Amino acid sequence: MITKQLLEIQSHLQIAADTFEVVLKSPLAEELRPGQFVHIALKHHMLRRPVSVAGVDLEAGTFTVIFKIFGEGTRVLSTYQAGDQLDVILPCGTYYPIDQLDVKQALIVGGGIGVPPLYYLAKTLKEKGVEITSILGFQTKDQIFYEEKFQAIGDTYIATNDGSYGTQGFVTDIIEKVNPSFDYFFSCGPTPMLKAVSNQLAAHNGYISLEERMGCGVGTCYACVVPLKEDPQKSKKICKDGPVFKANEVILG
Amino acid sequence: MSLTTNLPGLSLKNPVMPASGCFGFGKEYSQFYDLSKLGAIIVKAATGEARYGNPTPRVAETASGMLNAIGLQNPGVKSIVDEELPFLRSFDTPVIANVAGSTVEEYVKVTKELNRSEDIAAIELNISCPNVKEGGVQFGTDPELAKEVTAQVKEASDYPVYVKLSPNVSNIVEMAKTVAEAGADGLSMINTLTGMQINLKQRKPIIANKTGGLSGPAIKPIAIRMIYEVRQAVDISIIGMGGIMTADDVLEFLLAGANAVAVGTANFQNPMACPEIIDALPAVLEKYGFSSVEEAIGKGHIG
Repeated sequence: MITKQLLEIQSHLQIAADTFEVVLKSPLAEELRPGQFVHIALKHHMLRRPVSVAGVDLEAGTFTVIFKIFGEGTRVLSTYQAGDQLDVILPCGTYYPIDQLDVKQALIVGGGIGVPPLYYLAKTLKEKGVEITSILGFQTKDQIFYEEKFQAIGDTYIATNDGSYGTQGFVTDIIEKVNPSFDYFFSCGPTPMLKAVSNQLAAHNGYISLEERMGCGVGTCYACVVPLKEDPQKSKKICKDGPVFKANEVILG
Repeated sequence: MSLTTNLPGLSLKNPVMPASGCFGFGKEYSQFYDLSKLGAIIVKAATGEARYGNPTPRVAETASGMLNAIGLQNPGVKSIVDEELPFLRSFDTPVIANVAGSTVEEYVKVTKELNRSEDIAAIELNISCPNVKEGGVQFGTDPELAKEVTAQVKEASDYPVYVKLSPNVSNIVEMAKTVAEAGADGLSMINTLTGMQINLKQRKPIIANKTGGLSGPAIKPIAIRMIYEVRQAVDISIIGMGGIMTADDVLEFLLAGANAVAVGTANFQNPMACPEIIDALPAVLEKYGFSSVEEAIGKGHIG
């Protein structure tokens, strides 16, 4: 059940360049599924900021979000500290439907700030006995985060745009080189990357997760729509019908 | 403390309703609270056929507000009457449908289709959407067109007609008088102001439509001024809107001359905005010496 809560920040850490990890305590933490996001209000800002869930700690009753400073709103979010409270709407959006899929080997393809929800997904799949291969792209070495955490789950390959770490180039270069074996792929990242990955893996079953500037975040305002492949005159709402879609379901801009 | 207020076709338990376009057709916010709490609900605009709307990005945050250019995306009036409005039957609150179009004929068609619905109490005639290429705001900025569309929709409608005015005019009083003379039962004001925001890195407008409608507290003083001026010139009821965030804001609109108010952008920041404002309203009225909503209406006019 979606609701608005005032949540206390348990920890607020910088984990890479301009990238922050925030742990929040909530009685609804256990309801958050991989792929879902929370919608965070910021002081003196009209619009909330959608941030993906990067993990849930059932024992502690907490969940983790990771964000990167992108504009004024995320800059404000970076100034909060442990002990501060955040006004959060949760859980928001759809999740990767992994309980309905027969997955034995999963390919995880993430780019930049699209990586966090995939960590929660990969960890959950691993716990279900799925074999994981992760291919992650970042702009530069100083923006990389969670590499060890992904390594602990399965084979992990890193690409950087400038070649400062791992393979120089894009995640698609690694997919071509490594040619991993998988039955489903799961991807989240910038739209050009999602487009390239969806095209490259068009013969495979997969799910992607999208981001867009949002208004309400709950499905009323029609700000964050994406056109459908089967009929471009129809659309779905990223905040409510997504952010997770079948890889071939929507037209990426 | 009586919060009731009466407008043509609308006997409201309190003066607060969500504004069109900021509340969908009610389903999503019904997860947060009982919609029966609301004075009324203005649902999202209906056009003759389904509309896709504008490309994304469709919203951008501004200082004390936001820009939007959704472009009247909606499933079309038939689908709204058959699939969306029946959901709101279970709530004890009147529904106001919002009528949009590109031509007078389309406005009339939507109006007639809405006559079929037993789920609404009034219609809001949207002649002020700044985000569509054809129709919309041109009807709200040209007095002759405004007069014609108001008269024809009023003629076609079985329900009271509230004409939603655009603030993107140099003389709001003239527009208000024109639509009142054309038969409007009430006014709804104000819609958004056309604005733009440019991304410094990309060197282009953030919103794909380039321009968008500015809403939120940034436009509240304009709304208050326009309602104040119109109240002195016309007698018909006014649903006031433009940046309402608090019960204090509601009182300010009542003092300016609004008979009821709509809350728009605030819903996005706080899905509980409407019920929280309604709960806070009695104490605010009392604090400023009023014993009812009706007593406060128009009391901001001196001399």
